[in-house]
Amino acid sequence: MAEHVLEPVRPIFRAIATAIVPELRSASANTWTELESQIERALAERPAPMRRQLTSFLRLLDWWSVPRHGRRLTKLDEAKRNALLESLERHPLLLIRRGIWGVRTLVFLGYYTRDDVMTFIGYRGHKDGWSARPEAQRERPAATPQDVGIVHKRPLV
Amino acid sequence: MIERDYDVVIVGSGAGGGTVAQELAPLVRAGKKVVVFEQGPKLEDHEFTGRELEMSADLYEDGGGFLTADGTMTLAFGRAYGGSTVVYTGTSLIAPSRVIRRWSVPGLDFADVERRSQKYMAENSVHFLPRVLINENNKLFAEGCARAGYHAEQFPLNLKGCKGSGLCNLGCPNAAKMGTNRVQLPNAEAEGVEVVTRAEVRRLEDHCAIVHVTEKAPGRKGLPSTWAPGEYRVRARMIVLCGGPIGTPTLLLRSPVTAAIKGVGRGFTCHPAHILVAEHDRPITNDVGHPKSYFLDRAADEGYVLETCMYFPFVTAKNLTGFGQEHARFMLRFPRLQMILVLACDGAIPENRVTVDKAGKPVVHYTFSPPVIKSFVAATRAAARIFFAAGAVRVHAPEAQPTAIDRRDAYRVDDLITAANFLPGRTSVSAAHLMGGCGMGRGPRSVTDSRGRVAGFPWLRVADASLFPDALEINPYLTIMALADRVAEGVRNEVGAMSTVHAA
Repeated sequence: MAEHVLEPVRPIFRAIATAIVPELRSASANTWTELESQIERALAERPAPMRRQLTSFLRLLDWWSVPRHGRRLTKLDEAKRNALLESLERHPLLLIRRGIWGVRTLVFLGYYTRDDVMTFIGYRGHKDGWSARPEAQRERPAATPQDVGIVHKRPLV
Repeated sequence: MIERDYDVVIVGSGAGGGTVAQELAPLVRAGKKVVVFEQGPKLEDHEFTGRELEMSADLYEDGGGFLTADGTMTLAFGRAYGGSTVVYTGTSLIAPSRVIRRWSVPGLDFADVERRSQKYMAENSVHFLPRVLINENNKLFAEGCARAGYHAEQFPLNLKGCKGSGLCNLGCPNAAKMGTNRVQLPNAEAEGVEVVTRAEVRRLEDHCAIVHVTEKAPGRKGLPSTWAPGEYRVRARMIVLCGGPIGTPTLLLRSPVTAAIKGVGRGFTCHPAHILVAEHDRPITNDVGHPKSYFLDRAADEGYVLETCMYFPFVTAKNLTGFGQEHARFMLRFPRLQMILVLACDGAIPENRVTVDKAGKPVVHYTFSPPVIKSFVAATRAAARIFFAAGAVRVHAPEAQPTAIDRRDAYRVDDLITAANFLPGRTSVSAAHLMGGCGMGRGPRSVTDSRGRVAGFPWLRVADASLFPDALEINPYLTIMALADRVAEGVRNEVGAMSTVHAA
């Protein structure tokens, strides 16, 4: 079922997600649940083979560290885990680089679309634009008559 | 299967389809029947919330995550009433004369493209944004260019009542952007042109479109289709394809009647793009105000264009290269970020193409050529110089390793930013200016002529960016409208002289 793509690989996913977004080290259980639900909803819209590839890739990553470190990725300390993922991001095989890019994109999707995170990083986009930002309006210069006009040619600044 | 008859069927409602719909309205006044089929939904004004995920899901193909076959580039294109004109920033530039000359399409000259472009500039309220509404993210670009010895230009924009939400790419929540959803389609509908949303044209037959109308899914945005869900066989005197450089070749290739047309899908190109981000030592106005006021056109000299831009948290995070502490450090300074979009100009080659898989879905084969990578590197170096000249303290450059360049290393940007660091699959690259696949011209690579006619198919026209025989090297929507206007003119003359269909 599309709703449970991450369930069988949850410890691996969370270990990698924490390396991708360090702030997730202090995430609450509720935050993790919401983040993973958001990702599950996005995955539900993707083709079934892609969902299977994701779980296979996460399992592959978990075992990738064994030959070098004698431990699975989930058992590595943070520094080694981060170093491994960074090296895989620049791996000679496109397939590996693509996989890392895909996982990081999913983590970002789950994390940076949260209202509390947008507030935390200072994003203040609002549909009312300038009207919603009186402090920014005060800094704006006054309009001049030549500011408005239909143009039909490429102009210079 | 329900059967219906029309004089003209238009497939797609973006810059091409919306224009054709409006320009064929006189046919409706003369008693002809014209219908537009749009695969996406028509959103009500209150549904444009500016929220990243929900808007992307309802306005973009694959929620904005459509990938090329090798997964190294994301293609962003709209799927809604108004097509990609719902999600662009409204930049309205006339095609460069050098490009139209280089295209060498018999019957097409720059004066004609310019005249028709100006018509739509006037119709779409194109003007310069008043300086009072330009934010610091944009002003710093212009200042940085001036200090670094570059010549920035201001974008004409098709806005009316812009409040500066900065949410253009998620569909303007204030109905201020004059896309075809705000101008041409309503004009066409007022004259009696039918626009049917949630209607996918599955395949073409001789003088016929097989259309699948879907039900509105629970929890999704948009009005239900005006046609009942189901399969329709729609006969027409003329079918005008305006599904864009992915949709139009896909439809032609999966339709047995047109699948053998030579050259369809080949010559697909785009302006591969990535964003550069710089951090200032103070907050700047960046997430308020129109995001795209200035550009630097180096296409003719170095194969790139730089544009101001500002994206939302998830898209920004995704488009930065890397992850972890360094990535988070930029994201945590969001109010201090200045952004520049790097667009590489890529010439069309037959190997880059659109095909269809067994299920009839589009597959886009695209490889970054050495000239494109060279352009990316030159553009990234220029952007870094502009950032530092504007006062930035740190720059994120995808072609540097590490990607963050501090101000103290500003003098070394040429050494730090190199082609060796451009790694497809690692470097986030996306493209919104999709072109080609049914290129105009004469010769074995051409699918259409300068009026969008397809040889051997007198009932078929193409009127979208798939007509471009090569890259346009600027933002394309105005040129799409100009070419669609030409195609519509021919259709109007031809269908106007025919008798009218009567069956319903």
